[in-house]
Amino acid sequence: MAMAMLPPDWPGNFWAHWAIFTVIILAFVLLSVMAFIWFERRAMAIMQSRLGPNRAGPFGLFQPVADSLKVMLKEDIVPSRADKLIHWLAPVVAFAPVMMVFAVVPFRGGALLVDLNVGVLYVVAISSVTTMGIFMAGWASNNKYSLLGAMRQVASVVSYEIPVVLSLVGVVLLAGSLSLQQIVQAQEIPFILVQPLGFLLFFIGALAEINRAPFDLMEADSELVAGFHIEYSGMKFALFYLVEYAEALVVAAIVTTLFLGGWRGPLLPDWLWFLLKVGAVFFVIVWVRTTVPRVRIDQLMAFAWKCLFPLALINLLVTAVEILVWPDVSLWLLVPVNFAVMIVLVLLWSKLFKLGWGRVNV
Amino acid sequence: MFEHYGIGIIKGLSVTLRNLFRIPVTTQYPEQRLTPSRRTRGNELIWNQQRCTGCGTCAKTCPQGSIDIVTSVKVEENKYRVEKFEVDMGYCIFCGLCVEACPYDAIFLGCSFERSCYRRGELVLAKEGLLESAERRPSGYAHPEVAAELPAQSLLLDKDKGKRS
Repeated sequence: MAMAMLPPDWPGNFWAHWAIFTVIILAFVLLSVMAFIWFERRAMAIMQSRLGPNRAGPFGLFQPVADSLKVMLKEDIVPSRADKLIHWLAPVVAFAPVMMVFAVVPFRGGALLVDLNVGVLYVVAISSVTTMGIFMAGWASNNKYSLLGAMRQVASVVSYEIPVVLSLVGVVLLAGSLSLQQIVQAQEIPFILVQPLGFLLFFIGALAEINRAPFDLMEADSELVAGFHIEYSGMKFALFYLVEYAEALVVAAIVTTLFLGGWRGPLLPDWLWFLLKVGAVFFVIVWVRTTVPRVRIDQLMAFAWKCLFPLALINLLVTAVEILVWPDVSLWLLVPVNFAVMIVLVLLWSKLFKLGWGRVNV
Repeated sequence: MFEHYGIGIIKGLSVTLRNLFRIPVTTQYPEQRLTPSRRTRGNELIWNQQRCTGCGTCAKTCPQGSIDIVTSVKVEENKYRVEKFEVDMGYCIFCGLCVEACPYDAIFLGCSFERSCYRRGELVLAKEGLLESAERRPSGYAHPEVAAELPAQSLLLDKDKGKRS
C-alpha cells in the first residue's frame, strides 16, 4: 500500500488502519447523507420559491435527525405474499456496495482505506451490485409497481453502464493508471478541462444510474407510486433512502476524484477541498433535479444508446488518438481541442433530439 | 437559432439558479399573516345594533335565507325593537347582497378569514356575536368610506423587502 503522504505518526498496523478508515467512512457517509438530505430539501425549496424544512432547529438543520428518528420508530411491515428472506435481504444488498465504494476514494493524499491499482474498475463493478439489491426488493415485494420500477432500474443501469465506463476510460488513458490516488496525482489541471465531453457523459450517465431526476423513472411518484420501495417501511425503507443519497455521494466523490482534481487545490487544507468539491457536485445534482422534467422510458433508452453511447465511443477514440499522436504535449494544449470536439459533437447529436420527438400523430 | 441544441436546458437551469437568490414567496401562516384586500368578503357578518332599525331588508335580499330577524313594535317611540337577529353563517355564501341592500349601513362583511369552528351550531351567530370588536373589523366591501381607513393589502411582490427565515 502506498502510504507515502500519510502523517509520520500514523499507525502502521494493517488492522488499526482498517478500523480507523472504516469508522471514518461510515461517519463520513452517514453525516454527509444527513447533510445532503437537509441541503437538497432546502436548496430545492428555495429554487422553487418555497422555504423548505425550517422548524426543527436553526434553519431546519435537525430535520434529517427528526426524520431518521421517526423512521426508526415506524412499524416494519412485510406483505403477506412477499418473499420474506429476499425482502429482508434486499436493503442490505443494496446498501453494502455503496459503502464499499468509498474504500478507494482518497479523502486527501494517501488517506484512503486501500489504494487498489484497479480502483476505477472496482468502483464500476461494486457500484453496479446495488442494482441487484434494488431488483431483489422489487421482485420480493410481490407488487406490480415495485417490479416495474425495479425492471426500469435494471434496464437503465444496463444501458447507462456502457457510456459511463467508456467515458471513464478517457480519464484512465490520460492518467495512465486505474488507481484513484494516482489519477488525482496526475491531474496537473483538473480533467474536467481536458475531458469536458467525458465529464458530461459521465455526469449524465451517473445521474441515470443512481436514478436521480430527470432519470428517476423507477420511483416516478406519479405513475409507479414509489417504485421498488413501495412495500418497504421503517428501517428497511430508511436503508433504501440512505442508499439513494449515498449513491449521490458516490457520484459526487467519483466526479470530484476523477474530473475535479480530488483533494488538490490552493490555500485551503486538502480534505476541505475534497468536501467542498463534493458539495459543489451535489449542488449541481440538486440543481438539475429542480430544473429538468422526468424523461419517458423510451426516451431514456434512446438517449443512452443513440446519444451517450456513440459520443462516449468517439470521445474515447479522440482521447486515445491524442495520447498516441502527442504523447509529450502539455495537457493545456488538449483543452481547446477537446472543448471544440465536445461542442461540435453535442451540436451534431442534439439534432437527433428535439421537441416533440417521438410523438405519434394518429 | 440554437433552440434545439440544448439551449433550453441551460435556460431552465438559469431560471432555477436565479430563484436561489430571491426571497421565497411562501408566508409562514400562523406567525406571518398577509393583510387581506380592503374590500375583502371575510367569512363573517358584522352588525351595528345602533343603526339597525329592524326593517328586515337584509333578510329579504338574502338569497340563502340565512338571516333570521324578528321584531316587535315599540308603540310609544314609533319604532321596531329587534327581538332576534340571527345569521346562520353555514348557509351564507358571502354574496354581500345584504350589505348592499341595507338602507342604514347597519350590516358589513368582516375582514377575518379564520373563523372555522368544530360544530355547525357555532356558525349560527346571534345578536351579541355579530357586533363589531377588535377581532371583528368590518371590511370595506360596498363601503368605500370604511375601506379608506383600512391598511393596504400586503402583496407577495413586497416580499422582496422582507428577510429570509
